[in-house]
Amino acid sequence: MKLKDVALVLDADILCCEELLDREVKTCFACDMVSEMLLRVQSNTLLITSLTNAHVLHAALVMDALAVVFVGGKKPDGTVIKNAEHSGLPLMTTKKHIFECCGLLYKEGLRGYEQEQGIC
Amino acid sequence: MLDNSFKFTPHITLEFKIEEKDFFIAGESASRVKKTLQQLGIKQDIIKRIAIIIYEAAMNVAIHAIHGVLKVYVDPEVISVITEDVGPGIENLELAMKEGYSTAPQEILEMGFGAGMGLPNIKQCSDELVIDTKVGEGTTLKAKIYLNKN
Repeated sequence: MKLKDVALVLDADILCCEELLDREVKTCFACDMVSEMLLRVQSNTLLITSLTNAHVLHAALVMDALAVVFVGGKKPDGTVIKNAEHSGLPLMTTKKHIFECCGLLYKEGLRGYEQEQGIC
Repeated sequence: MLDNSFKFTPHITLEFKIEEKDFFIAGESASRVKKTLQQLGIKQDIIKRIAIIIYEAAMNVAIHAIHGVLKVYVDPEVISVITEDVGPGIENLELAMKEGYSTAPQEILEMGFGAGMGLPNIKQCSDELVIDTKVGEGTTLKAKIYLNKN
């Protein structure tokens, strides 16, 4: 599915990079720990998190994440959004919480990270 | 005759100072090294492993030490990531290497760190890892990734 379909399913507001929503999502990973993001987020992975600090942005960029969805109505501050825009990383926010987001996307056919695809 | 498959990787040293609680240096240094390695044409999976090692190792220094330095040596065969810090050292290295063991304070947990995965992640991403630590003095971490290892 495409990022724009994700936004639709999660009823999400786009925070930046609206022009990149035709990107195809391959896998999805949801977590709130940066170490886990580093290890499990791969290129073309959609990251779902409730963390909104700049570390999440750094981790997502370092690991070439496809986009980040912030849950529970959370939004990062303007600097984070500006840096993501500059780096071409789409950000969106939804009022839904993490379990609901994962369930809805799974129902639409999106699947998670597979252990054997790990980089280490 | 020139062999087109030959690729020269120059010797490069990248160095970053890490001050106490400078949490942003971890992501910034990982991003900068990643860009340099991409320009050198290093394979993507190797770049990601190195970025994880840098991120976690620099974060450990920022969280636990008083100050330190991160050095990345790029050689034709191997990339080395080294952190040297002045700080409390690691009291029980065996425990610290276990997934889930953490001594990070609450403020670190709230930032999304301190899950006790730092050193295990570094070990998982390294071909060689040596940690030399002295309680009350500091810690030196040396991780190596070989470029041509299958």
